[in-house]
Amino acid sequence: MDTFQDVLFKLKKYWAERGCILQEPYDLEVGAGTMTPETFLRVLGPKPYRVAYVQPSRRPADGRYGDNPNRLYKHSQLQVILKPSPADVIDLYLASLEAIGIGLRKHDIKFEEDNWESPTLGAWGIGWQVMLDGLEITQFTYFQQCGGIDLDLVPAELTYGLERLTAFLQGKDSVYDIEWAPGFTYGDVRLADELQNSVYNFELADVPTLWKLFELHEKECQRLLAMYPGYPRKKRFPVLPAYEQVLKCSHLFNLLDARGAISVTERVAVIGRVRKLALGVAECWVDQQGEPAEPALEAAPAEVAQ
Amino acid sequence: MSLPFLLEIGTEEIPDWMIQPALGNLEALFTGLVAANRLSAMSVNTDATPRRLILKAEALTERQPDAEELISGPPVSAAFKDGQPTGASLGFARKMGVEVGQLETLQTPRGEYVAYKKKIAGRSTRDILASALPDLILKIQWPKTMYWTGKGGPRFIRPIRWLVALLGSEVVPFEVAGVQAGSVSAGHRQLGAACVPVTIEDYDKRLYENGVVASAEHRRIKIGAEMDGILAGKDLRVREDAALLETLTYITEQPTPILGSFDTEYLRLPSEVLVTVMRHHQKYFSVETGDGQLAPYFIAVMNTAADPDGLVRQGNERVLRARFNDARFFWNVDLQKKLADRVADLAHVTFQAKLGSYLDKTRRVRKLARKIAKLAKTGSAPLERAALLAKCDLTTEMVKELTELQGVMGGLYAREQGEPEEVWRAIYEQYKPQSMEDAIPASLSGRLLSLADKLDTLEGCFKIGLIPTGSKDPFALRRAAQGVVKILVEGKLGLSLAKLTGGNAALAEFLLDRIRYYFKDIRGFAYDEVNAALAAGFDDLTDAESRLVAIQAVRPTENFEPLAASFKRIKNILRQAEFAGGGEIDARILEAGPEAELFQAFDKLRNRVNRFRKKKEYRAALEAIASLRPRVDRFFDKVLVNAPDPEVRRNRLTLLHKLLSESSAIADFSEIVVTQPPADAGGENTEPRP
Repeated sequence: MDTFQDVLFKLKKYWAERGCILQEPYDLEVGAGTMTPETFLRVLGPKPYRVAYVQPSRRPADGRYGDNPNRLYKHSQLQVILKPSPADVIDLYLASLEAIGIGLRKHDIKFEEDNWESPTLGAWGIGWQVMLDGLEITQFTYFQQCGGIDLDLVPAELTYGLERLTAFLQGKDSVYDIEWAPGFTYGDVRLADELQNSVYNFELADVPTLWKLFELHEKECQRLLAMYPGYPRKKRFPVLPAYEQVLKCSHLFNLLDARGAISVTERVAVIGRVRKLALGVAECWVDQQGEPAEPALEAAPAEVAQ
Repeated sequence: MSLPFLLEIGTEEIPDWMIQPALGNLEALFTGLVAANRLSAMSVNTDATPRRLILKAEALTERQPDAEELISGPPVSAAFKDGQPTGASLGFARKMGVEVGQLETLQTPRGEYVAYKKKIAGRSTRDILASALPDLILKIQWPKTMYWTGKGGPRFIRPIRWLVALLGSEVVPFEVAGVQAGSVSAGHRQLGAACVPVTIEDYDKRLYENGVVASAEHRRIKIGAEMDGILAGKDLRVREDAALLETLTYITEQPTPILGSFDTEYLRLPSEVLVTVMRHHQKYFSVETGDGQLAPYFIAVMNTAADPDGLVRQGNERVLRARFNDARFFWNVDLQKKLADRVADLAHVTFQAKLGSYLDKTRRVRKLARKIAKLAKTGSAPLERAALLAKCDLTTEMVKELTELQGVMGGLYAREQGEPEEVWRAIYEQYKPQSMEDAIPASLSGRLLSLADKLDTLEGCFKIGLIPTGSKDPFALRRAAQGVVKILVEGKLGLSLAKLTGGNAALAEFLLDRIRYYFKDIRGFAYDEVNAALAAGFDDLTDAESRLVAIQAVRPTENFEPLAASFKRIKNILRQAEFAGGGEIDARILEAGPEAELFQAFDKLRNRVNRFRKKKEYRAALEAIASLRPRVDRFFDKVLVNAPDPEVRRNRLTLLHKLLSESSAIADFSEIVVTQPPADAGGENTEPRP
């Protein structure tokens, strides 16, 4: 029986062999693999790209103190981006299931309509949830728009829910019982994380502090975005750090939401604020991609010294 | 010569609910193409699976018929001089590429012209299809489309991956989105080959060999028959669910039902919860015992041929177990906080930005419920209690997760928490009817609460200008208004609409529209009968319904339509005389004969009609009125309304006016569209023949 980490190894190897760059998880809090620059920014523009990475994804409102066998504050997604999507993308996807030991002739696979949309990111796509014997195991999306921009090449995004998939393979009713590595369960590794973050997110997080942080990150992002048009050497401009500020805002929004600090009417307005930042970053990124490369040796020592 | 034609548009999985409308559209587009090109086909049929749209035409003409086009040139007078062709006709012939001798003469209203009859050879159907099909395919309408070949590329519902286009044994060559049409289809993803060469003759068979049941009808039958087979001899039966059957028919290429089970301990949860989880979240059929109780089984429909090792069954059982565990958790958690203690929390749930929170709505509905209870002459206390608790389930975990259960959950929680039946039933049924097919609430309290809730939504939205236009109706106000009408009529609630709606004219107009729709389209009454009944009033819809039923019953009788025609005539006479009524009939100046006889008959009838009307015996009343017909006919035949003596004239108009107005309290006869014109149908104000 494959452990959790065996499943990861096999999927990563499978996609590496199909031309994907293997990335490590992004080192900031994100709600989904889609939000990391490897997806959000790379899908923009005309350059082909293939990448796969595991992304721990934090959804504060989904935390259940480690009590619920299926619902997690932080779950792991395997995110695969194929840009542009090849014509046989579904066959490639199905073969990846075979690669982790799911004999397709013995199981029931259905593609059920499920279009994905992220108002915060100004992004949406058309696709399915892939059902394996009645269990949703993957979200499959053809991206159409990101950061409010129509995409030049349509990427396929495959998002595997790794805990569910492994629980399925191991025949476990609770994700905490799945074997992560020989001798260690998922619960051994992650239970404390789930419990403590649930306590923080639902009970102890200080709402005024979170709002203050939200505003600080928002301001910093706005400040950077305002500088971009007048900035002379575009390739050097910190678009990526500006995007990290957006991610901070997005996570703080999720925390505030879980804490019950955002009313339904406020919600739309706050999402709008984050969206505005994301759209601004996407626009800068596309523009920056079109700029000529910086000469190789021009390290700009004078500015470094400042 | 004619040939069969086959088109298969191979795609990735199309959402099930979009397929049938798209097929209708495809068929219409193709039929239009055939007609526009002067071709013909014996039949055009469509079918589909989630991965293919199929169109088959039989006996499609192989070639367009040849045609002639008449091109007109210069006038004959300018074309020939002294019998010799002039430069004008020589130039025209040259332009047409023929000799002058091949030109003809054309007669027109403007004179004679030289013309050339150009022969146009019909194109081959294959050519026509090859050039028209790419556009035709991309013209199929979908609720939402995507692009996949890159920005600016073609749009379709999902990527097109292969195309089969065969006319007889030949491929119709064309290309859509980089895909060449050919003769190679694809099998089922797991059960068949990726490339399946087909001909028109062996298409269905080849697909079947490759795991695809191409006919939706066959898939539907397969699901039904195999479900019956699974349950045969078990004292179990499937809970019918036509909508779910359609979904599963169009979400599979090889549907195969399997039976799964769950632990009987979950049966302690309300069956509403279990059924909703199975149906909405897992697309399972529920199973019940012979006596209608929910049984601890479900039927899942796979998109594959078999489950040899039971893995699919086990997988589905595990998923369902997890879902039921969640539901049980929600049920227990929700019951820890009473509905009554959740009322204040509704302040945080927005109903509509300008109309406030659900707490605001609760307060309004409660007040309205009190008023409605009074109108319905029933105690208001239970209804007010129900109104207070009605929306509290919006704050429960169960409803947050299973939104389809709003209302139902509130009712179930209220029952668990010891609320009396009148209260919990009202909460349980408050959203009924959900559609025109759905039944109205079974309980009186449910009907009244549902009315109060819907009327509040309608009044509120109309007040802030959220009035539905065209297809835009985000608050489902049409459905709400339709629900109000249905509840009032079918619940036999003779409440005054004017009092219920508080005199909002726009809302009254909107409701009248729904009332017409209800009687006409849902109940199937003729439109003129509906107009006739509603013209006599619709404040009390139960009364309007009784009158409508009476009109429908009396209409086929011999006297009714002719009398209706006469009443229309009376109305016109009164209008043209600008006579508004008011006075009394002076019996002394009535002319003996038809006039006096009509008056006497009418006078004798008045009291009878009024008695019937008061007792709501509308059919008897209408029959009585209809019996006046011979007198009315004779009156019009022999009496001159427009008498020279103004007194006599006024008296006659008064008689007609009374006759019309007293008879119109049940129905406005003049709205009836007469199918058989009376024998002496003349102009509108025809006076008697001399």
